[in-house]
Amino acid sequence: MEFKTLLFYLFSAVTVFAALRVITARNPVHAALFLVLAFFNVAGLWLLLQAEFLALVLIMVYVGAVMVLFLFVVMMLDINIERVRLGFWKNLPLGALVGLLLIGEMAAVLSGRYFGLANLPAHNLPANYSNTKELARVLYTEYAYPFEIASVILLVAIVVAVMLTLRRRKDTKAMHPSDQIAVNSKDRMRLVKMAPEVELPAPAAQSGEKA
Amino acid sequence: MEATVLNLLAAVFGSLWAPIWSLIKPVWPLLWTLAKIVLILAPLLLSVAYLTFWERKVIGWMQVRIGPNRVGPWGLLQPIADGLKLFFKEVLFPTAADKKLFVLGPIMAIAPALALWAVIPFSPGWVLANVDAGVLYLLAISSVGVYGIIIAGWASNSKYPFFGAMRASAQMISYEISMGLALITVLMVSNSLNLTDIVMAQSKGRFAGYGIDLFSWNWLPLLPMFAVYLISGVAETNRAPFDVVEGESEIVAGHMVEYSGMAFAMFFLAEYANMILISAMTSIFFLGGWLSPVGFLPDGFHWMAAKMAAILFFFLWIRATFPRYRYDQLMRLGWKVFVPLTLIWILVVGVWMMSPLTIWK
Repeated sequence: MEFKTLLFYLFSAVTVFAALRVITARNPVHAALFLVLAFFNVAGLWLLLQAEFLALVLIMVYVGAVMVLFLFVVMMLDINIERVRLGFWKNLPLGALVGLLLIGEMAAVLSGRYFGLANLPAHNLPANYSNTKELARVLYTEYAYPFEIASVILLVAIVVAVMLTLRRRKDTKAMHPSDQIAVNSKDRMRLVKMAPEVELPAPAAQSGEKA
Repeated sequence: MEATVLNLLAAVFGSLWAPIWSLIKPVWPLLWTLAKIVLILAPLLLSVAYLTFWERKVIGWMQVRIGPNRVGPWGLLQPIADGLKLFFKEVLFPTAADKKLFVLGPIMAIAPALALWAVIPFSPGWVLANVDAGVLYLLAISSVGVYGIIIAGWASNSKYPFFGAMRASAQMISYEISMGLALITVLMVSNSLNLTDIVMAQSKGRFAGYGIDLFSWNWLPLLPMFAVYLISGVAETNRAPFDVVEGESEIVAGHMVEYSGMAFAMFFLAEYANMILISAMTSIFFLGGWLSPVGFLPDGFHWMAAKMAAILFFFLWIRATFPRYRYDQLMRLGWKVFVPLTLIWILVVGVWMMSPLTIWK
């Protein structure tokens, strides 16, 4: 057996195990961390397919950013897992149907007879082949407009998400750094001219105490 | 290098070498890689130990103190004594802690900090894995480092560690963005994701032709990005003045509150290993790596070491100089100053590269 095959089975086994634990773990934080493990192993599988750009971006985006925010939220929530599982048997038939449908569709694609997957040329890549460069070349030449449209849609989504949650309160005490920097010493302190106070002569009784 | 080592081994073992070689030949690639890993990690861990010593000395001098001077000559054995002390301390588990994740926390902190060194080139050819997508690897693995802090903070099941974890996740994600965007300009001008190629791309240019190579390095044309990258690097490693994650005066020590002995030492090791890594990355991306600053001196690893030492000194210097940032100001700096600045500069560099004034051909 080739070493790569061994790695493939290792990554797939851990992926399947981790994915199962995501839905069976009682603690939601554990479930989220198992999802991270699953992502890692899928990235390993992609590396075996020589898709290093996708593998590393999967780790960077999903493991490094999305799942961190996910954990951030899950840790704050107080999820009662028993309550979540109440409707399990009632929803099982529908869920099983959707699952079977997904498995059937994937099998239809992967078996290759219907979609001509078996007739595709096997990829023989030269040694200096750069996945990243090829992907960029296709994205920015052939698919430049769809790529730009997709990024504009994402930008709109970001702006809308900010606008939906942004509220300006009148009574907030937040300070603005630009205002703070623009302050002059005159605004802080006012010097007042006044007549000097004349010091009274010390009473005799107090000087006696000192001695 | 591999052939030299094999010849040397053959000379040492003499006539015994043939049977030994036939025995280890199938596992030789594994042994060779392991040897290279040890060659990188052993000096790294030694540097971490002496970086802590240097830090205490430098900050001591800056604050007109003497610093550690009791253990060994000039206090030179202090880090060894500290390490031994931590090694023999008991690792305590809080009663309410999630034991498995409590153990996983420090491991997740140190593993990425060490794994990142796989793609760092120290000199032409002196690299464990000269991969094509080296920069992507660095960005991907360094984004995993935050898990150590989050897992530790949550598993401790205690208030201050949890605050530390929340602060860490927000801060590290924010500064990762500006760091990544600053690197994009470097990728644009070097036209490669490979770290060795990025260094070599800085060896040519008008000033390099005059023999003053240091003005051909990326720091000059990309000066704003150099500043953004360096400051984000300080924030990414949670060092002062951006150390709100630990914030002794606010949340005691953040995610590390409940840790003792070696478990605590792992976080410490990871922080300093990350500092050294950021200095190595800054010298590779902006300061020409192992390239010599002037034409008449030869290139070599010593230049890279000198640049890393200078950046590490900068880390210690600002720690002794600046007070800690307030948390909202920290977030403002990341999102409202650095991210727009990097986005604009990407556009500027793009236009510059396409214009007739381009200096990158």
